Amino acid sequence: MTSSGIRDRVAIVGMGCTPFGELWDQGTNDLLTDAAVECVASAGVGIDAIDAFWLGTLGSGSSGITLSKPLKIGYKPVTRVENFCATGSEAFRNACYAVASGAYELVMAIGVEKLKDSGYSGLTGIHRVGDGTNAQISSPAAFSFLVPAYCHKYGVDPEEMGSVLNRIAWKNHRNGAVNPRAQYRKEVSLEKIAASPRVAGQLGVFDCSGVSDGSAAALICRAEDAHRYTDSPLYVKGLSLIAGPAAGAIDPDYDYTSFEEVVRSAADAYQQAGVDDPRSQLAMAEVHDCFTPTELVLMEDLGFADRGTAWKEVMAGTFDRDGELPVNPDGGLKSFGHPIGATGLRMLFECWLQLRRQAPPERQIATVTEGGRTLGLTHNLGGAPGECVSFVGVVGTEPSD
Amino acid sequence: MEAGIVSWGVYLPYWRLDRRVIGEAFGTAAGRGRRAVASYDEDSTSMGVEAGRRALGVPGSPPPETLYFSTPAPAYLDKTNATTVHAGLGLAPDCGAYDLCGSVRSSWATMQLGALAGAEAPSLAVLADLRTGLPGSQDETQGGDGAVAFSFGPTGGVTELLGRASTTDEFLERWRVPGETGSRQWEDRFGEEALIPLARAAFDRALEQAGVSADDVDHLIVSGLHARTVASLRTTLGVAADRVAPDHGAQVGNLGAAQGGLALADVLERATAGQVVAMVEVADGADAVVLRTTEALAPAQAARVDAGIRPVADLVGDGRSDLSYAIFLSWRGMLHREPPRRPDPERPDAPASRRSEGWKFGFNASRCQVCGFLHLPPTRICLSCQSVDQMVPERMADVRGTVATYTVDRLAFSLSPPMVGAVIDFDGGGRYRGEMTDVDPDAVSVGTRVEMTFRRLYTAEGVHNYFWKARPLTEGTGDGAADAGAAKEK
Repeated sequence: MTSSGIRDRVAIVGMGCTPFGELWDQGTNDLLTDAAVECVASAGVGIDAIDAFWLGTLGSGSSGITLSKPLKIGYKPVTRVENFCATGSEAFRNACYAVASGAYELVMAIGVEKLKDSGYSGLTGIHRVGDGTNAQISSPAAFSFLVPAYCHKYGVDPEEMGSVLNRIAWKNHRNGAVNPRAQYRKEVSLEKIAASPRVAGQLGVFDCSGVSDGSAAALICRAEDAHRYTDSPLYVKGLSLIAGPAAGAIDPDYDYTSFEEVVRSAADAYQQAGVDDPRSQLAMAEVHDCFTPTELVLMEDLGFADRGTAWKEVMAGTFDRDGELPVNPDGGLKSFGHPIGATGLRMLFECWLQLRRQAPPERQIATVTEGGRTLGLTHNLGGAPGECVSFVGVVGTEPSD
Repeated sequence: MEAGIVSWGVYLPYWRLDRRVIGEAFGTAAGRGRRAVASYDEDSTSMGVEAGRRALGVPGSPPPETLYFSTPAPAYLDKTNATTVHAGLGLAPDCGAYDLCGSVRSSWATMQLGALAGAEAPSLAVLADLRTGLPGSQDETQGGDGAVAFSFGPTGGVTELLGRASTTDEFLERWRVPGETGSRQWEDRFGEEALIPLARAAFDRALEQAGVSADDVDHLIVSGLHARTVASLRTTLGVAADRVAPDHGAQVGNLGAAQGGLALADVLERATAGQVVAMVEVADGADAVVLRTTEALAPAQAARVDAGIRPVADLVGDGRSDLSYAIFLSWRGMLHREPPRRPDPERPDAPASRRSEGWKFGFNASRCQVCGFLHLPPTRICLSCQSVDQMVPERMADVRGTVATYTVDRLAFSLSPPMVGAVIDFDGGGRYRGEMTDVDPDAVSVGTRVEMTFRRLYTAEGVHNYFWKARPLTEGTGDGAADAGAAKEK
């Protein structure tokens, strides 16, 4: 695959992000309105200044009208995007390419999901059942396949593995506790996490991300125009999206301890961004912690830890907010829930705050303020182990030489 | 001219209900022993497929050109259930498939039709029953679930027909209006007085036709749902007690339409060549047949042993008995359990199901002829070498596999939560992610050996969603269709 990327050709100049949660009083239209209004206000423009829109939503609406109608956008292009749990990132990626192509000067990527009107636990399918032969295994169960496979391959005792997963949940809840936009804003003790009722396999309730509503938006323009809108833009360094051939579900060689799609999208994005040692170069990473074992495996797939060692790094605190490489400093999907269309942009919003040193002091990461690192990574995963789409993006505050 | 039996297969479900738990629930005496219980994902059709697999998987068993299916507990009316059995067995399209459903006595006609058709070309008769009744009823306690299948053919018969006779009378002994969950019966003694003379008459006439006497009978099988009548006939037809075949009621219950077949399979596994087998079945009259075993029996028995197929005498002792009465009732639809807070399953689309018939019902993978990679479900483009449309179908139903990883899913919809999901790697290649059944969630591990079984995943909007699941092999028992299939390949 050849991908030359669009390093430093476009920049994020404004962002908005609603609080995430069980927002019984807000519908899809309210969420879109709040995110879009905050986003344009941060860049000092009105919605009418925007040339084109990319709307990411899995199932909270169809077509561009889902956005143009509530925002009363006057006869402009709106593209509705869907790519499983990478939907928000996919809206962003395509919006960036539109600007880089020269087709538009100022565009918005916005993502939304209104999940809490369904009345169901967890996420639900959106497609026809077809011939009825697809196993109706739930998402936590599909990701829980990672646990026995990882233990088996690396000789990790299941009980030890439990402690590792608990610590990931504990860390992300601890980060979310100080984030006013998070769905869950309480620290949760390791004991309570360990004692939570089982949902699937070894996963308990606290190993799963929540179900929430939310919306987030980004304003994107050509890099050379960025300072017209803000003194501190975020430059887009690399964008990669990979849809796998679903090999793992049918290929006995796949061992359920890695996501090949993630490995490849990371390599692609790093190459575009000029990153060769992510663990030391990145200031932070927002990764798709839909379930705790996902985050564990991602640490290896994204190159933050060597194969078979991420579990030790987790226990050593490497990925804590004050660790060597903060992962999910905003609290992650664990604390925010996962309104699908919004999640990728919510991750970007944390980069927007942290890299530009605008996070509140109690949670501003030191890798930026003291370490002087300027790059942040966002990662989404849609599907299940062996059969998924993966997005990796790298953004930074400094344009390259 | 009637054909002889060429092979046979018996399917008894994994679960047993200990009769004591019924008694404990109601504070009454429910008797001793166990009854066989179809799991939440089984019905008469799925059990019929399993029995058919076991009959056809025997080495030397010819593929049938006609299929008859009989059950008093049909999964569908109007729609033929035998077509599902046909598809589940992966039979060729140029094969008739017919139901004889409703009354218990239809099973006898099914065997007779199978024998008649088999004289021309191989045929298969499948008998299945799922005995149920209102909670605490005799039918619930004494009934049992299971299926049997008999393959008939112009050559290789292990039996030959000596005589056959039937009697019929119209009286109300046992009946059920469509839609009712339990049958009704008149007073026991009324049925007994009506049935016994009819049975005697049929038996005597069949012996006469066969030119043998009761003394010549080496194996007597008496079956029927009227317990008093059957018990009486077993001791009064003039056949010595040690020649009367066991009914296995204490181990599995009375399988109704499949009860006589179960006993016949057992007899065929124990008999020697040249023996006389007499069968009497009472249901709204009586039917009797006298058979003689042929020289083909011993090789057929040996082939089954070689294939690792376990005899009925062992199968009836299998099964897991820790089923609670509440779970049993919920499986039977008598007790409505709180569903998970998840969407109800949707009915499968008919066109999509038809397009994927080979996969959904036959469990056919596609194998790339260029590089040999095996795809489950079948695809047109090869994952390994990207060749387009170079696939040939390959039936995986009888191939065993190993659990690569697994999960116990407490969130997914299941008629009997939790669902156990697993990734199965098949012997000789191919991977499939799906559900497990007949499984103790605590006993699954990476490396657990499994075989495939045909099941009813759920029913939505009146559509039964049939597909295959994996179930653990019982170590060392060699039970199951996979054994037979594997043996056939050799």
